[in-house]
Amino acid sequence: MKATVTVMLKSGVLDPQGKAIAHALGTLGFDNVNDVRAGKVIELDLKETDPAKAQSEAEDMARKLLANGVIESFRVEVA
Amino acid sequence: MKAGIVVFPGINRERDMAIALEQSSGEKPRMVWHKETDLSGLDLVVIPGGFSFGDYLRCGAMAARSPVMTAIHAHAARGGYILGVCNGFQILTEAGLLPGALLRNASLRFLSMDCQLTVERADTVFTKRYQKGQTFRSVMAHGDGNFFADDATLDRLEGEGLVAFRYAGENLNGSARAIAGVYSPNLRVLGLMPHPEDLVDPLMGGTDGKPLFDALAAA
Repeated sequence: MKATVTVMLKSGVLDPQGKAIAHALGTLGFDNVNDVRAGKVIELDLKETDPAKAQSEAEDMARKLLANGVIESFRVEVA
Repeated sequence: MKAGIVVFPGINRERDMAIALEQSSGEKPRMVWHKETDLSGLDLVVIPGGFSFGDYLRCGAMAARSPVMTAIHAHAARGGYILGVCNGFQILTEAGLLPGALLRNASLRFLSMDCQLTVERADTVFTKRYQKGQTFRSVMAHGDGNFFADDATLDRLEGEGLVAFRYAGENLNGSARAIAGVYSPNLRVLGLMPHPEDLVDPLMGGTDGKPLFDALAAA
């Protein structure tokens, strides 16, 4: 199964990268941007065939390595 | 005390750290490869700066899960001393041995320049050759040195006297409450972003970092 882990900085954690992107978009004339948050997407190709098990295993991986719970939140989608 | 320096792939400040330790103690530190699991005989484990595992995923994230880290957790649990500088500090937070996290510098720039540090307390094994409140020169060289922790954690760190150093003057990387370094609750684990090992000899342009290594050598 494929699991997609999306990792984002928690709200309240300064995201200078997002700010820089917002600034660059403004420079390009995109005036409608209120805010930008940048994160990462990690795609996992898992041997597991049971969606619930794949979901919980990917969540375990996110907690132990893929995301840092001090500053980041994550969500897992299995397909 | 007998010191060892942990070397991860991508670490590049281990030799400077070795010079600083040897200069104060007269003894060559043991270099410990990250796949080693035996730290017996070491009183002090130092994690130097650099770019372990290319800073992939997050600075220090991969190194914090290396084989040697199990032994470092055990070393900490039995009251051993640990010093983490720059990437070493990032690794200690990623490993959960120190609180908080190091975010991208608020300026988004890699900062390679002198800074001034204030000594928050001078009664630890790391700082007893400094004076409380003293300011000394150090060198920062990092892209991710913006110390972050939630307000409750910051209040606890300050309330329990676990802030080791703060940036004096301009807080260039945007660290919460200008924190440059923190201790573990037993004051035996220290992590800081600036590099005291960069100033331990007049030939390096100063000796402001030497008291830290002198204090460790004498402990």
